[in-house]
Amino acid sequence: MSAQPTQTESRLTRSLLIGGALAFLGLFLLLPLIAVFSEALRHGVGTYLAAVQNPDAVAAIRLTLLVAAISVPLNVVFGVAASWAIAKFSFPGRHLLITFIDLPLSVSPVVSGLVFVLLFGAHGLFGPWLAAHDLKVIFAVPGIVLATVFITFPFVARELVPLMMEQGKDDEEAAVSLGASGWQTFWHVTLPNIRWGLLYGVLLCNARAMGEFGAVSVVSGHIRGETNTMPLHVEILYNEYDFVGAFAVASLLALLALVTLVTKTYLEWRFNLHRGGVGH
Amino acid sequence: MPPTTIRKTTWRPPSVLPGFGLTFGFTLTWLTLVVLLPLATLFLKSAGMGWSEFIAVAFSDRALAAYRLSFGTAAMAGLVNAVFGLLVAWVLVRYPFPGRRVVSALVDLPFALPTAVAGIALTALYAPNGWIGQYLEPLGIKVAFTSVGITIALVFIGLPFVVRSVEPVLADLGREVEEAAATLGARRWQVFARVIFPAIAPALLTGCSLAFARGVGEYGSVIFISGNMPGRTEIAPLLIVTQLEQYSYAGATAIATVMMVVSFSILLGLNTWQTRRHKRLGG
Repeated sequence: MSAQPTQTESRLTRSLLIGGALAFLGLFLLLPLIAVFSEALRHGVGTYLAAVQNPDAVAAIRLTLLVAAISVPLNVVFGVAASWAIAKFSFPGRHLLITFIDLPLSVSPVVSGLVFVLLFGAHGLFGPWLAAHDLKVIFAVPGIVLATVFITFPFVARELVPLMMEQGKDDEEAAVSLGASGWQTFWHVTLPNIRWGLLYGVLLCNARAMGEFGAVSVVSGHIRGETNTMPLHVEILYNEYDFVGAFAVASLLALLALVTLVTKTYLEWRFNLHRGGVGH
Repeated sequence: MPPTTIRKTTWRPPSVLPGFGLTFGFTLTWLTLVVLLPLATLFLKSAGMGWSEFIAVAFSDRALAAYRLSFGTAAMAGLVNAVFGLLVAWVLVRYPFPGRRVVSALVDLPFALPTAVAGIALTALYAPNGWIGQYLEPLGIKVAFTSVGITIALVFIGLPFVVRSVEPVLADLGREVEEAAATLGARRWQVFARVIFPAIAPALLTGCSLAFARGVGEYGSVIFISGNMPGRTEIAPLLIVTQLEQYSYAGATAIATVMMVVSFSILLGLNTWQTRRHKRLGG
């Protein structure tokens, strides 16, 4: 090697920068993740399994699954409909519509919960009406679902709109001009094109739906075994100094996060491969 | 004008694809019901309070302390993330090293890990008897239950916003300009300061603003590590929850409105600035 190439850094600088970045990530991201599992297993596997199988924990897991099972499909239907309207047609106010769809991302989770209390709580706008008809939204499952749908509202649409815009509408126009109906076009042309992007959106949406804390905390009422989702159950156990229990339930959520990250990375890897193939 | 042009009779260009009415109608209805009306309720409720009452509860001493803490720690965390987020993005884009894909996946952890889990994990690390806290305690450094702890939680939450904003811009940056600068005799740090940094600065600012906006409203990861002392370590979202638990709907609403107005202003300002920049650059 003769001259040091000027457009890149020296070996030493490089190693220092990589080392610095890794040290930062290790301290701020990896260590907390390790702490969750380590604290959960602190008193052995037996205690861990007992904590996870506690009836209140099981009820919380069940509720979390139920809430995700309702709110994720709702957001899939919305996301697909919204991206079809936004990506396949041009109309005035398109950008405003996208901004509105992204709105829940910039609202504090606590405020997201608060608006539903203001609407459906005992002193809320529809409170008296709900009470008269013996319906419960706040401090009950419907409120938790509503808050979760609000929080995860943009997740699927955000993935699909740019993807469908990039793909354009030539394929669909060809299908329609060959006599396919709207549904046939969607099922046989659009859906196969967007399926990985859709899965990606569903994945992120699901992770947030199962892990949401602030918004759900405001509307749930924290009734053990009834309106406690997994993240809320973690908080209750933690505040009762049942650290192993809290970290045991938390470790399940951390596992979910890891599965989400691995699948996401895999999909990105496949996407890039696919996109590269189209590009060349 | 060519004679074959069809005069527009609708508010949007015609298309052969079906389903616009259905999907657009559904989108607008669902958006209005789930997002817009609930958010409007907040402002409606605020407007119904009367100006003097609103000011009294929204800007009480306790509320002011909470805003200062929330905005201050979010800004501090934004600065930390500006430095380290840029470093991480730089390393991920420029240097191929073994395990890069794993590290890149790890950056998204704060997006995927529920905030409450992050909160108790960070507290386990930084509490006075915690993994890291036990070594800081003898040195007189208190992290958990102080604003430092809150800042650490917000650094955790905000990091991916900065990295993911800067990464694509850094990757698309043409190396030719850097090579030209080097050929003209610029030193490496001069190339970085004069050529690279100005090109990625807008993306860095966007990432930091997103992290800041998220940090201001963050609740789950902060409440465990913050200690929640009114006036000292009580963040604004927690104050909203406290007001709600005391059935002070007016107080909760007023504070929430102030926070929403500030976050929206930041994001709107950012949006306007970016649109202008795009227009000026002809993109």
